[in-house]
Amino acid sequence: MSQERVELTLTVNGERHDVRVEPRKTLADTLREDCGLTGTHLGCEHGVCGACTVLVDDEPVRSCLMFAVQCGSQAIRTVEGLADGDRLHPIQQAFWEHHGLQCGFCTPGFLMLATSVLESRPDIGDEELREVLASNLCRCTGYQNIITSVHAARDQMRS
Amino acid sequence: MKPAAFEYHAPRTVEEALSLLHEHQDEAKVLAGGQSLVPAMNFRLARPAVLVDIAHVPDLDRIEATDPGGVTIGARVRHLDLEHNTIAGPLGSLIASTGRWVGHYPIRVRGTFGGSLAHADPAAEWCALACALDAEVHCRSASSERTVGAGDFFEQMAFTTCLEPDELLVGVRLPRLSDSCGVGMAEFARRWGDFAIVLAVTAVERDGDSITGARIALGGVAGGPVRALNAEAVLNGGPATAETVAAAAAAAADEVDPTGDIHGSADYRRDLVRTMVTRALDQALA
Repeated sequence: MSQERVELTLTVNGERHDVRVEPRKTLADTLREDCGLTGTHLGCEHGVCGACTVLVDDEPVRSCLMFAVQCGSQAIRTVEGLADGDRLHPIQQAFWEHHGLQCGFCTPGFLMLATSVLESRPDIGDEELREVLASNLCRCTGYQNIITSVHAARDQMRS
Repeated sequence: MKPAAFEYHAPRTVEEALSLLHEHQDEAKVLAGGQSLVPAMNFRLARPAVLVDIAHVPDLDRIEATDPGGVTIGARVRHLDLEHNTIAGPLGSLIASTGRWVGHYPIRVRGTFGGSLAHADPAAEWCALACALDAEVHCRSASSERTVGAGDFFEQMAFTTCLEPDELLVGVRLPRLSDSCGVGMAEFARRWGDFAIVLAVTAVERDGDSITGARIALGGVAGGPVRALNAEAVLNGGPATAETVAAAAAAAADEVDPTGDIHGSADYRRDLVRTMVTRALDQALA
């Protein structure tokens, strides 16, 4: 059963996107299919894996558990908004240098989660950072290099 | 698309939300943070024809002081805001220490206190806290308003409350705990952020070394949160000692009647009750 679409204006990475979507369309699907931003990955689609994590008003949100119609005027940030042209964001650079990814599927979610927490709490301790990073699943790295990468990014962003 | 189609409403007042619920009755579901409802919709376990999104209803996101030390928590106050609450005294500490066990950080960003109570997962932290403190749940419909004690709000069947289809949980009042009240919260789950296999929430009032009023609620051992009344009776009037704690924990393990499932057998849960009650009471009496 399809349904009447609603017109929405989303602000993603500072850019305006006018979309027409059914109310049941998740923010994740809307970003990928209507905004053309396929950097946000969908894993489990029921809020367990965290691969689809994006920032809504700078807070990490599982975009498979939010409908696009719920967004309103909130500012959305996705992995596409991290790098500055060819210059990687410090968190991306740290993942590169410390082998924080293998297949890369979970990486956008981890990058957004880590970005959010490091921006809001630059002095977060190792133990709490581990707790935060436990929000998301990775099936390749064994997590250790992800943790190492985020520690490195934290130290870089603080200096 | 994962969920079935639905009609979406974003009312701007409580009255407007209540009128939508009245109109659509059990075809409608209230959407707050969506951290339990949307997964169920994505699995199509839930197929509401109408969603009433209360995100824009004013005042439901407020934590308000009531009588000295007590608070009313609005329906859509987020887990994260409770984890970092500024409520004074033991009540604030208990809410904060309970809040950090709810899901993962991104879940706590969106998920709400009222949503957790209305969803009534038997292993939910907030349901056990509400049960331990005899919370008063304010429910409104288009034509009525009532306050229900936590003991009557939760039915002893998973995911079931006394809320009528046209009722909205608008807020929850938690009572004052005295400044000398000791509080504790202990939970066991296989992975950080999972629902508890067993959890215990406790608040213990003392007069010197003597326990004058103990509250213990358990999650994960029945269809809803339950009070460990026998364990409370062991504590009340007893000395605040390790022996009393051990006797209370044994009583709690004895009085529960958990069922086993894939996460743990009945005996295992019973054993966890003893350990979680001990840990929670140790915090409360420390």
